[in-house]
Amino acid sequence: MGFDQWMLAFHVLSAFSLVAGMILFWVLIVAGRKIDTPADTLRLGPVARVGNATVGIGLGGTILFGVYLAFAIDSYAIWDGWILAALVLWFVGTGLGRKTGEAFLEGPKKAQELEAAGQTGPSAELLAVNRTSRGLALHAATSVVVVLIIIDMIWKPGA
Amino acid sequence: MSVLAVVRPDSWNFPLFVHVLGAMILMGGLVAGASALAFARGDAKLLRLGFWSLMLVSFPGWVVMRLGAQWIYSKEGWDKVPDSLIPRWLNIGYVLADAGGLVLVITLIIGGIGVRRLQAGKSAGLLKVTLVLSVVLLAAYVVAVWAMAGKPG
Repeated sequence: MGFDQWMLAFHVLSAFSLVAGMILFWVLIVAGRKIDTPADTLRLGPVARVGNATVGIGLGGTILFGVYLAFAIDSYAIWDGWILAALVLWFVGTGLGRKTGEAFLEGPKKAQELEAAGQTGPSAELLAVNRTSRGLALHAATSVVVVLIIIDMIWKPGA
Repeated sequence: MSVLAVVRPDSWNFPLFVHVLGAMILMGGLVAGASALAFARGDAKLLRLGFWSLMLVSFPGWVVMRLGAQWIYSKEGWDKVPDSLIPRWLNIGYVLADAGGLVLVITLIIGGIGVRRLQAGKSAGLLKVTLVLSVVLLAAYVVAVWAMAGKPG
């Protein structure tokens, strides 16, 4: 297997890491909709950190190996329409993902506040924060962007 | 390098998309399930979340991945090629997909029994086995993705 094939394999594995992390966050979003206690909210933290790591590896790997491949493969150019579209979508997705993360950090922050205040029981306010519709909408939008990148990568319009 | 840049016929793209999307959902469910099981430390809610991630995300993902695989396999005409001419990367993917599916079903059965035992107040030992099998599956599917993408041989 040549060097470029390895780079392509790492590019695709990075894409899998990115989507796996996003799916993990979907699982946490669905689970979080029933969580109304600080302890249960904070218990999801380590799982969310795995999601952060896989998304981070995915974002870094897709762009690094992807840009390398765009320059290394003779019949591709970085200014090809489908590659430029993927780059634009990658930046849009990264921005949306950052805002999604901020929205879903409100839950753990609220849980820590409640715990510090000695309120360990169910809280309607915490439940409402965990059910953030803004976060849900942002994660849905990010997911749509990622699916569009996958479609772009498979169909390669204009290639 | 030119092999990497081959453009497929348009009619192959949708089956490939189904195959890839299914595989991504499968891996996502495995990462979510394994993480929840690994960090549960005896917490029943997280253990259940881990099991249901495998059941409701990974398993449907495997089904979509496998259907997509068969679809693209026949579209590309591999079903008309003698076994001796099937490339190594395709064999690796095939074997890992099917063996992995069997291990996934075993994992779900063990996990399901584990969740029932948990509800009955018994030990979560079987869910530890589920965790180990999930991690093994994850490693196997990373190899499968590497083989399908890099196409060794």
